Amino acid sequence: MSAEAAGIWILAESSSSALTRVSFELLTRGVELAAKRSAQLTALVIGHDLDKAGLNRLTACGADRVIAVEAPALEHFLVEPYAAVMLKMIEKHRPEVIIAGATSLGRTLMPYVAAKADAGLTADCTILDIDRDTGNLLQTRPAIGGNILATIKTPRHRPQMATVRPHSAPPAEPREGRTGEIIRISPPDELLSSRMRRTGFKREESDHPLQDAETVVVVGRGIGRKENIPVAAELADALGAALGATRDVVDRGWLSYPHQVGLSGKTITPKLYIGLGVSGSIQHLAGMQTSQNIIAVNIDPDAQIFRVADAAIVGDLFDVVPALLARARAMGVADG
Amino acid sequence: MRIIVLVKQVPETGAVKMDEETGTMVRAGVEAIVNPLDLYAVEAALALKETQGAEVTAVSMGPPAAAKALREVIAMGVDAGVLVSDSAFAGSDTWATGYTLAAAVRRLKGADLILCGERATDGDTGQVGPQTASFLDLPVATYVSSIDAVTTGHIRVSRLVEEGYEGLDISLPALITVVKEVAEPRLPTLGGKKRARNADIPVWTADDLDVDPGRIGLDGSPTRVVKIFRPQVARKAEMIRAEDESEAAAAAGRVVEFMTDRGLL
Ligand SMILES: Cc1cc2nc3c(=O)[nH]c(=O)nc-3n(C[C@H](O)[C@H](O)[C@H](O)COP(=O)(O)OP(=O)(O)OC[C@H]3O[C@@H](n4cnc5c(N)ncnc54)[C@H](O)[C@@H]3O)c2cc1C
Repeated sequence: MSAEAAGIWILAESSSSALTRVSFELLTRGVELAAKRSAQLTALVIGHDLDKAGLNRLTACGADRVIAVEAPALEHFLVEPYAAVMLKMIEKHRPEVIIAGATSLGRTLMPYVAAKADAGLTADCTILDIDRDTGNLLQTRPAIGGNILATIKTPRHRPQMATVRPHSAPPAEPREGRTGEIIRISPPDELLSSRMRRTGFKREESDHPLQDAETVVVVGRGIGRKENIPVAAELADALGAALGATRDVVDRGWLSYPHQVGLSGKTITPKLYIGLGVSGSIQHLAGMQTSQNIIAVNIDPDAQIFRVADAAIVGDLFDVVPALLARARAMGVADG
Repeated sequence: MRIIVLVKQVPETGAVKMDEETGTMVRAGVEAIVNPLDLYAVEAALALKETQGAEVTAVSMGPPAAAKALREVIAMGVDAGVLVSDSAFAGSDTWATGYTLAAAVRRLKGADLILCGERATDGDTGQVGPQTASFLDLPVATYVSSIDAVTTGHIRVSRLVEEGYEGLDISLPALITVVKEVAEPRLPTLGGKKRARNADIPVWTADDLDVDPGRIGLDGSPTRVVKIFRPQVARKAEMIRAEDESEAAAAAGRVVEFMTDRGLL
């Protein structure tokens, strides 16, 4: 079957009918792979009432073809109808490669589909390449808490599927005049049944979802007590950053669990991580060491976090943070 | 109700050392523990056992030594354990693992609810739960942060996604993977430890399961690890002293400069 499989596909994600940033990061990857393999690049979008401008943007950013599968039942992610639609598309078009974001959606849908499609799947890749001749996708991902990288191949099975860590590539930019084919499909009802129903949604109180943020300020136990959280929150606000926390901070009830970064919390890859009073335990590093830039403030010059930092500030965070805020504001690079 | 919890034995993360020469993991002398993220699933199962009445069976796939992981969760209150173990399963990727675990679940005649940790701390993929569900053709909810209600044939859960919590009503049987917020794992009891020591843990091999030999182990796995290497980005931290207020001001200046240089502001 591998002989006929062709084409690079990305799974674009929509949230309230608008496409998310990770969709465009995937296009950056897809454009590279498709060029190398001289293949067509398709963006698959599943949702309801998708915004036309968004679909056009996918073509402007590099998709040769957009397949939008739309139905009211697809408005929100539910694994069964989404998987049924995707499997139908795989069966019909036989793509060689399908990549999706390593998001809560991608990390649920892709394994569900891969099992049924007899496809190999690699989780949370940070580097992707393709063999020009064989079409084998070289999928590289961090393993053992980011201490090593492993490259994985799927030699005999097609499609080759991978989820890609958000923020591991810049989003593709539109090129003026670039267009492509847009196909809108209403799937038959038999694909839409679900044994699961969405009963509601409770938005997190913070304005910045941790995993989407370009900058994250993480609070460690060095903050001392709950009453001091505003010190870090003020810095986060001024920088337009999301607020994260170590497990010790969450376990003490100083910040809620959705803020937790690390092995038993979220994995983040922001452009900038700023740790305040974070020691840098191996479990915490597992969730943040692939951040692009790391600044750490710690009173202890031997703190483990300094091993992965780009800038290591040895000092009391209660001196450093106000000084930093004052400086950034004086230079007009921070709000407030 | 009948509950199955899937647990994996993993090396203790804090203890994992890297061989700097070869870039491989030194496993020797590293303690094997129950995947810490599976303990949340075990606890969620035991809480349901208390509130709803349930029979909880833990299933683990791994080497013979993984029986220890099963004894550990029996000591917490799990009723029974089954070890899926055969050299024919060695080298399984997540696809083959899900396929094999699904066969083990079938041999147990299924369950109303299957619980898994969000991912294992060694492989770190989070794929086995959803793949097992897919092979069993069950609905799956991942990242479950609370089990809000269990009624006849249904379960209501909240799942933690990027922007908040999503509520779901799922018809049973189903598989869910849970995150830390779902429950604080209890400690084993003395009575539990005694029961665990005496527990009979059946070992199921490939012959005991309805599996296609071409779909298990390394041969049955679609993916292959072709290379393992150390990330090159060895960061070299610039040390900035800020041990008093004037140093702090200077340090702040340096940090802002650093952020500006790297286009971070
Ligand atoms: C199975 C398992 C899973 C885990 N999962 C996670 C996880 O997901 N995320 C996570 O974060 N941890 C996790 N942990 C916990 C982890 O091992 C550490 O305990 C935790 O990360 C430590 O948090 P911390 O850095 O805030 O606290 P500490 O280790 O106590 O560090 C506090 C730091 O603050 C510094 N400090 C103190 N006062 C000041 C000051 N005034 N100014 C500047 N610096 C100061 C100290 O020098 C110290 O380095 C897990 C552990 C296990 C066993």
